[in-house]
Amino acid sequence: MSLHLILFLAFGAVCVAGAINLLAQTHPINSALSLIVVMAALAGEYLLLGAEFVAAVQVIVYAGAIMVLFVFTIMLLNAGEEERTKGSRVAVLLGVPGMLLGSVLVAWVVLKHSGTGSVAIGALLGDPKTIGQLLFHDFLLPFEITSVLILIAIMGAVVLASKPQAVQKRRAH
Amino acid sequence: MVPLSYYLVLSGILFSCGMVGFLIKRNIITIFMSIELMLNGVNLSFVAFAAHWHSLAGQVFVFFVMVVAAAEAAVGLAIIIAVYRTRETLNIDQVNLLKL
Repeated sequence: MSLHLILFLAFGAVCVAGAINLLAQTHPINSALSLIVVMAALAGEYLLLGAEFVAAVQVIVYAGAIMVLFVFTIMLLNAGEEERTKGSRVAVLLGVPGMLLGSVLVAWVVLKHSGTGSVAIGALLGDPKTIGQLLFHDFLLPFEITSVLILIAIMGAVVLASKPQAVQKRRAH
Repeated sequence: MVPLSYYLVLSGILFSCGMVGFLIKRNIITIFMSIELMLNGVNLSFVAFAAHWHSLAGQVFVFFVMVVAAAEAAVGLAIIIAVYRTRETLNIDQVNLLKL
């Protein structure tokens, strides 16, 4: 058993444990913290795959910015324990076997049909210089379109989250 | 050397955990976090395929997925705040009208 496989299994176990904990917890803040654990462990997997820059961005943007937004909203809305209703019990009864079935099916198909391809440690160098050249040369048009997307998202978030009275006052002017 | 299929299986497990969370959770914020979990599972398979095919395009796509996830989180959480302001609940069973 190589060190690479041991590290993969360790990070993968943390990932799966965090994902299952996200489902098991009833308070949203506990779910948010387990999602941060999943994202940090995934950053470790990205490092094993040689994607250093993606790993750094994963920690900074995902675990940093996006999850802070989630935790901020949970605290702003004072979200409490999840209420269990009849419908949610039915969903648990059908959903958990569904997840197990889906996972086993995916694992079976992938393990059976993916051939013998394997990934060496640091097989590909994902350093910022190469990624930047690719992003600003080959993917320039999608990059510019995402900037428009971000602008629209900012305006949408401001309009949706602003107080209704403020919107009406603006309309009256 | 780790087989590519191990990464794909891990990615599939994360995706199905996110999918089941989307279905069984009743808190709207937790449902939103399950969507992020699904996006993370997809990102892992992008990076694994990028390493397998020796092409950095997969890693660049991860950035686009992250940008879309960030935009989606900003707009979605704003919608959640707007819903909470009118309904004063985060339970999606009680949010059953499209009208605000």
